[in-house]
Amino acid sequence: MNAVYLAQDPTLADFGRDPWWLVLGKVLFAFVFAVLATLLGVWFERRVVGRMAVRPGPNQVGPFGLLQTLADGLKMAFKEDILPKAADKVVYFFAPTISVICAVTALSVVPFGPMVSIFGHWTPLQVTDVSVAVLVLLACSSMGIYGIVLGGWASGSTYPLLGGLRSSAQMISYEVAMGLSIVAVFMTAGTMSTSGIVAAQGDATRLTVFGTELPAPGWYAILLLPSFVIFFIATVGETNRAPFDLPEAESELVAGFMTEYSSLKFALFMLSEYVSMVTMSAVTTTLFLGGWRAPWPITLWEGANSGWWPMLWFFGKVIALVFVFVWLRGTLPRLRYDQFMRFGWKVLLPINLVWILVLAGLRSIEDWDTQGKLIAVGIPAGVLLVATLLWPSRKPQPKPTLQEQVNNRPHGSFPLPPMDLQVPPSPRTRRVVAEREPANVAAGPDSREV
Amino acid sequence: MTTQTVLAAAGSVSTGEAVTFWILAPLALIGGIGMVAARNAVHSALWLVLTMLCLGVFYVLQAGPFIGMVQIIVYTGAIMMLFLFVLMLVGRDASDSLIETLRGQRTAALVLALGFAGLVGTGLYRGLDGVTAVGLAEPNAEGNVQGIARLLFTKYVFAFELTSALLITAAVGAMVLAHVERRKQDKLDQPATMRARFRPGNYPGPKPGPGVFATSSSVATPARLPDGRLTERSTPEILPVRELTAEETALKGTDR
Repeated sequence: MNAVYLAQDPTLADFGRDPWWLVLGKVLFAFVFAVLATLLGVWFERRVVGRMAVRPGPNQVGPFGLLQTLADGLKMAFKEDILPKAADKVVYFFAPTISVICAVTALSVVPFGPMVSIFGHWTPLQVTDVSVAVLVLLACSSMGIYGIVLGGWASGSTYPLLGGLRSSAQMISYEVAMGLSIVAVFMTAGTMSTSGIVAAQGDATRLTVFGTELPAPGWYAILLLPSFVIFFIATVGETNRAPFDLPEAESELVAGFMTEYSSLKFALFMLSEYVSMVTMSAVTTTLFLGGWRAPWPITLWEGANSGWWPMLWFFGKVIALVFVFVWLRGTLPRLRYDQFMRFGWKVLLPINLVWILVLAGLRSIEDWDTQGKLIAVGIPAGVLLVATLLWPSRKPQPKPTLQEQVNNRPHGSFPLPPMDLQVPPSPRTRRVVAEREPANVAAGPDSREV
Repeated sequence: MTTQTVLAAAGSVSTGEAVTFWILAPLALIGGIGMVAARNAVHSALWLVLTMLCLGVFYVLQAGPFIGMVQIIVYTGAIMMLFLFVLMLVGRDASDSLIETLRGQRTAALVLALGFAGLVGTGLYRGLDGVTAVGLAEPNAEGNVQGIARLLFTKYVFAFELTSALLITAAVGAMVLAHVERRKQDKLDQPATMRARFRPGNYPGPKPGPGVFATSSSVATPARLPDGRLTERSTPEILPVRELTAEETALKGTDR
């Protein structure tokens, strides 16, 4: 147990010292995690959406329907691989692989846990970390757009092209909002390395409230709430998930950029969508939810943030965020394209800029310590929140009744049916009921067929 | 200090750096040649993307992780994406014509390019052969990102702000050129649109298709209303409304 009390937070100097088998193992772990997360993620999404729609969801293949995705994947692999005549063959072939590679690569800089001992090697639970790790994440997500855009273009037909163009515009716009939210994290953490950001969220200052020592919140989700909210909205836009799944809006564009894709190539696009959803959840966890650090009540236990336990907290947070993704999909209708773009450029971006300005101002005030700043921001924010909640709503204007509206219509308007119209039951229904053979009520329970 | 910084600061080329270079350098060259040689504009752009990605990795190798990542995010991720956007709107069949307008220009360009590359290459080689890089550790002492930030916000802050002002001017200019002024009363919200649709004199239902209840399925044939009148609403405005002649409506003999 001595190891527990060594340094838990990896620094940049701890990376790049692993033997080759450990590097291979970590890379393999990240990849298997991505693929497994997809298999379980599809099942999870279908079950949760099913529960929200008051139906069971897939429950036939395997226990709780867990193997349903596997069966679907196998079926997809054996389907005919169609190459459209007008397709640009090479680009058409490479587009799905670009998507998947970019989505999986992003996982390599996500910290899964603190320093642990693997076969005697003291190593961080993270494939690698560099001083610009968050920029690597951004680069991966911006390169991932290529897969979608090229897939749409190379298919050689109209709907995929429109879907590809939409997605490029959408992802570029939301990347701006995303990048600006991360700026606030950089400013607060003072570093761009993911392990450094997780470490910076751990060293909470102690607040003395009524004589008791309480740890001040260290998570950037609380300290930088506006950034967190905007970042999460932007990640939903970036991963093309509902309600921002405009590139594949089936009511407008058939299936968007993947209309012409089938078989394994389609499966790769599906894989990349779910992997990027999980990756984005992991990134959000790392940047804003304290990474692998345990939430507050668990931290009372001393060993919560050491050894292999943090991986559990990390996966818990990731699953919670994936649930939010699914929840959004089950709840919100799809936005119209112009509403969506207006929201990104005219709402998220200005709020983000103003917030960064405020944050920079707060940080440059030097004669306040962290406690003072927290109180100075927290109390007005709380007062504002309570005031917004308790603000008396405006007196509603007396609306004209339906009858008044009908009477006020100008002369020559389109005729309306009478307002008290009773729809009589259809005579045909009665006839069908009368003509049906009477049920055999006399038969006993033995003769009943199942 | 990151591993890369240590590697590059040592002055000599490490094995990993050499291997990465010799894998990526040919790829970058192929990308450059492919960009010029490709017939299709989108393929050209993709070759250029390959070269840019290789350049980004080269920057990282040269102990500049920040500039390398920015190269990938900004140039490859945003600017080339906008290029692609435009190229795709132009259409996938728009490829270069094979006709040379200036006779012999291709050969001349090739010879000149080879000559220029040879000149620059030998010049650089003779100038830098045996020179050891020094002083890299000093600016990167507190980290690459911090070093760049310090320079940007102290020594080069004015140039930086001027550049941003220039970019903003360009963006505003583009917006002004593309802007369409709309009067406030032209914008209808959903209830107003619906009231306008149901106002007297406007038929709220869908227009009848041309030729419905008529003698022909031609677009020019107006539909007949239930009372037998012709309705002009069913034909496009540019087409004159007319009855077909008996000859036109007669069977064409295709039923036999």
